[in-house]
Parts: sequence; C-alpha cells; structure tokens
Amino acid sequence: MPKVNSRLTMLEKVPTGINGLDEITGGGLPAGRPTLVCGAAGCGKSLFALEFLIRGATKHDQPGVLMTFEESVDDIRKNVASLGFDIDALIAQKRLIIDFVRIERGEIEEQGEYDLEGLFIRLAHSIALVGAKRVVLDTIEALFAGLSNQAILRSELRRLFGWLKQRGMTTIITGERAGDQLTRQGLEEFISDCVILLDHRVIGQISTRRLRVVKYRGSTHGTNEYPFLIDESGISILPVTSSGLEYEVSAERVSTGVGGLDEMLGGLGYYRGSTVLLSGTAGTGKTSMAAHLAQATCARGERCLFFSFEESASQILRNMRTIGIDLQPFVRKELLRIHSARPTVYGLEMHLARMHKLIGQFRPTVVIVDPVSNLRSAGTNEETATLFVRLVDFLRRNGILGFLVSLTSWAGTSETTGDSISSMVDTWLLLRDIELSGERNKVLYVRKSRGMNHSNQVREFHITSKGVKLVEAYLGPGGVLTGAARLAQETREVAEAERLKQEMERRELALTHRRKAMEAQIEALRAAFDAEAEELRRTAANGRDRLGQLEIDREAMARSRRVTERSKKNNHR
Amino acid sequence: MKATTPKKHGIEIAHSDAPDPGAGWNLRLYVAGQTPKSLTAFANLKRICEEHLAGRYQIEVIDLLKQPELAQMDQIIALPTLVRRLPEPIKRIVGDLSNSERIVVGMNLEKRPGPS
Repeated sequence: MPKVNSRLTMLEKVPTGINGLDEITGGGLPAGRPTLVCGAAGCGKSLFALEFLIRGATKHDQPGVLMTFEESVDDIRKNVASLGFDIDALIAQKRLIIDFVRIERGEIEEQGEYDLEGLFIRLAHSIALVGAKRVVLDTIEALFAGLSNQAILRSELRRLFGWLKQRGMTTIITGERAGDQLTRQGLEEFISDCVILLDHRVIGQISTRRLRVVKYRGSTHGTNEYPFLIDESGISILPVTSSGLEYEVSAERVSTGVGGLDEMLGGLGYYRGSTVLLSGTAGTGKTSMAAHLAQATCARGERCLFFSFEESASQILRNMRTIGIDLQPFVRKELLRIHSARPTVYGLEMHLARMHKLIGQFRPTVVIVDPVSNLRSAGTNEETATLFVRLVDFLRRNGILGFLVSLTSWAGTSETTGDSISSMVDTWLLLRDIELSGERNKVLYVRKSRGMNHSNQVREFHITSKGVKLVEAYLGPGGVLTGAARLAQETREVAEAERLKQEMERRELALTHRRKAMEAQIEALRAAFDAEAEELRRTAANGRDRLGQLEIDREAMARSRRVTERSKKNNHR
Repeated sequence: MKATTPKKHGIEIAHSDAPDPGAGWNLRLYVAGQTPKSLTAFANLKRICEEHLAGRYQIEVIDLLKQPELAQMDQIIALPTLVRRLPEPIKRIVGDLSNSERIVVGMNLEKRPGPS
C-alpha cells in the first residue's frame, strides 16, 4: 500500500477488474470503504458484486467473502457457471468464501434485547479464513424481512459498515431499488462514499442495461449513464467518452488502396489510427472502396477486421473478385477477418460489445464497418449516435484506423449522415451518383480531411475489372460533367483552347505592329524636337550678340553726352 | 437442505457434548462472550426451564467467540439466540429472554402441574 504523505493524497481506489468500470470511476471503488450498488430486481447487481469478488481473487490477488442473504451457494454456482466463472475452484483455493445467511420470516422469534454480533463473528471468521480484502453483502436488506426490530437493525448496520471500514474491507453492499428511494431500507444513509445505480430498461423492444455512478465522494467520476451488458465473459461497461479526447495520434500515413485517392489526400493517404467516413447512396461503390483498403492493409502484412451488416463473407469475397480484388488469400493467412451479422440480431449494445471483443482478440490496425448506418435499425437514433461516438472513441484510443461506411438516402441528403457522425471523423469521403445526358456516373470528393492538404476536386471514378479507377471530372456551367458529357466537354475545351491560342497569337501580332508604329512616331517626334531645339539655340546666340552691341552703343552715347554738358556749363560761367 | 443441515451439524456436535436422549429438551444458547446481555439471557433461560422443565432439559451454551465456525453452520445472526433442537421442529428465539410468558408460548413449554 502506498504511503500516505499528506491529507491531500488522492483517495485510494481499488480496481474492480470489471470491464470498463475502472475507467468510469477513474481507478475503481474506494479502497477499504463500502460501496452501495442498487437497482431494481434483475438489474444484475448480484452478478456485479460477485464479479467484483471473482476479479479480485483472480486478477488482483484480493481474496473475498460473499455473504449472501438471498441465494444459496448452489444457486450462485449455477448462475455464474454460464458466465464462465468457476467459483468452486476459487473456494477450494481459499480465495473466495461464500456464506449463505438463511433468514426465514416467522422462524425467528424476538424476545428482548439483542444485537447482530453473530453476523459480525461470521464475517470476521470468513475474512480471517481467506485473508479477505473484499466483502460483498448481497442483499443485507433481507435482514429486515427476518427481524422486526428496526431500531436495532439500523444501529447494527451502521456499526457493521463502520466495522468493515475499520478493517479496511472494500465492500459492496447491494440494495433493491424501491420507488423514489435508492434502496428499500434507505441503506444510502449509511453508505456515503460511493453509490452506483444499475438499471434495466426496454426501449423499442430492445433491452439495455445501464449503470450510473450516482455519488463518489472525494473523486471525480463520469456522471453519464453507461450501458453495460452481461455476456459469457461477465459484465462489460462501455464508457461513452470516459477517456476524454486524449489520444496518442500518429503522423504516419497509410494508403487508401485506391490509386489517385492517395494523391487527393495530400499524396499519402489516411493517417494511421484516424477515422474515415465514406458516405454515399446505394450502388456507388462503397464496399469496393472498403475492399481496396482491406487489400492494401493486408498487403502490408497488417490485420484488417471487416464488419459487414449487409453481405455475407463469401458474398463479399465473390463480388470483390469480379472487380479484381482477391481477398481470399488474406483470409487464409488470417490477415483479414470478415464478420457478418444482421443488424437486428442483437441490440446495439451487444453489437458494440461484440466489436470490442473481436477487436480485442484480433488486434487489427484497420477496422471496416459496412455499413454503420444499418445499425440504426437495431436501436433508436439517439442510441445509434452514442454508439458511433463510442465506437470511434474506442478505435482511436487503440490507434486503429476506422473506416465507416454510411449509406445515405437518395433525395439531396448525400451530405448529411443523419447520425451527426460527420463531426467526429477525421476524413470524410463522399461518393455520389450524377445523372446527366441519360447516364449515371460516379464521382468522389473529399468533404473534409483534418490535418492534411487535401484536394478540393470532384473526381469521377470507374469501377473496372481492375478495381476502382479515378479520372478527372469536369466542372461545367451545369455542374459536374461526367461520362459522355465529360468527353464532349473535353472536346469543346480542346477547341476552345485552340481558339484562344490563335486569338492570343493574333493579338500579339497586332501589338507588335502597334509597337513598331509607336516607335516610328516617337522617332519622328524626336527629330522635330531636335530641329526646334537647334533653331532655338541659334536664335538665342543672335540675341546675345545684339544685346552686346546695344551696350556698346549706349556707352558711346553717354560719353558724348557728358562732353556736351560740360562745355555748356563752362560757357554759362 | 433446510432439514438436513442442522441435523448433520447436530451429529457433529453430539460427540463432544452429547445431549441426553432421555432428557427430552435440548436447548442451545448462543452468546458472544460474557456480556450483560448473554448473562441475562442465560439467567432467564435457567429460571424458565427450572420452572417448567425441571429435570427434563439440557442447556448448552455456545460461545461464538471461541467457536466462530458454528455461527455459520448453525445460521446464527443475532445474539443471544436460543435454539430448541429437541423436540423437533427446531425453534429459534433471539434476545435476552426477558419476557418469560412469551418464551413459554414460543417454545411450547406447557406448564406441568406438579408430578403426575
């Protein structure tokens, strides 16, 4: 046990070993404390409690004591044998002890004061025998049926839970739900650390078991209702988004298997471990695309798991062979596994659990679900939406490339999936039929692709005897052109290009002429200007000469004038 | 199961502390140590038996602190518990046996008017 250094130390938790529960509770149940597990009759609480003990004994080296008030040891043995638990072996190894407390109303008479010390002694004895760390009391409320003194029972139960806590027993106490109360006898008033509620509901003829952590003192926990199921390996709780969005993401890219499509996705294909949605109307080649991916995956020596909800494995193998994709060798080499099932054979929970289990066993790097949309017939829309979230979540967490095929309905809705699945996926490819000029052609485009520079083109593709082939598609004024219209358009475009080219040449020639004309004009203007400038220069020189002469004349005139004035003065004197 | 378990354990116990078959009444009082409650219960039981079953009874006091395994074997929860093992059917009374009237009725200890 880790040393407790400060009061701020996190609440210590004990992993239950029940699939999924430890993820929801962030590590398990409060260590050394009682937990109340309640629910209506038949909700699976006894099994829950028992699995807690069995997992403790087998996985976590924590022996346990089951004190059962309702079922005999024989009954329990039979109930869990179908789930693959061998409790006899555990009992023989002293890892589990079952004490059946038989209480029958009317057999016991009460006279005066008593206490439940007998129960304490029994428990203490059992705990000591196996060195228990876990205790289950299932269902202690039966005491209330056998003994009538409520006051004694309540105070003794309080003492019992305190006693178990003191001994550091991680305890599950089950209680039956009654009306608004969590338990018939209000056990929740004694157990305040952790309360888990189980529920069994039938919606649309499909039953779903659900679990909710009502309370977990001193700990964060998922507050959602988590569906769970009971199958041949016990309880599996399927956390919706318990891990948040903390995935390890890979920068590695894997081929789509379709030549040309890799180029559309930044030239490299999908990210490893990402989620791809391929949606399209009926007959647009969705399964063929999926088969290409399967082939590419297996060719790299990786495993691929193909869930088919429409066709049988042999049907897929045959059909894909006709378009040149031979998957048979990969099936033989156990690189490819195809699982076919009608969507309606189980409820959604079972489908998801089965997927979880198969993925866990097969450990593929690529999982194909064809089509996910068919699962909608196995549950309500809301349930299907959460199923998708959980499936995508699960695949991402495990670094598996999820290739989800979705069949969309005809009328103009090809860009909506109806499951709000599109926002969760990393890459969304759309396949469409385009009907034009009396023919139907298939086009493909990348609706979105996170984290890569993807093509914005709409590409036409053909399904040939050598698989899917992408060709250029043309966008004309009337929309995307495919098939014959595309060929016509191609011809038109060639002619147009030729016309344009000639036009350009003509214009260039005209320009050259004009340039020449302009240059000649410039030359003429310059010559005229030069002549003018010369003229001006000459005129200016003449002017200067004349100015100089004028100056000389004026000087001479002034001199002669002064002489005349002086002589006049002299005469006057 | 219900009928066989106590019988089987009865036999197991018999070798150590054999009830006298002739005694007729075989009573067991389960306690946990010498608590005031267990002492009261024993005193009450003794008194009632002397009053109603003088010479025809046997009381076995079982201290579960010393023999804890018997709590599970004999299906004991509450203490003190009085178990009438003989005559059959087995009857149980829990508590300190303070109401002797009720014990007499509960255990079918019909009062015998003197020697007859």
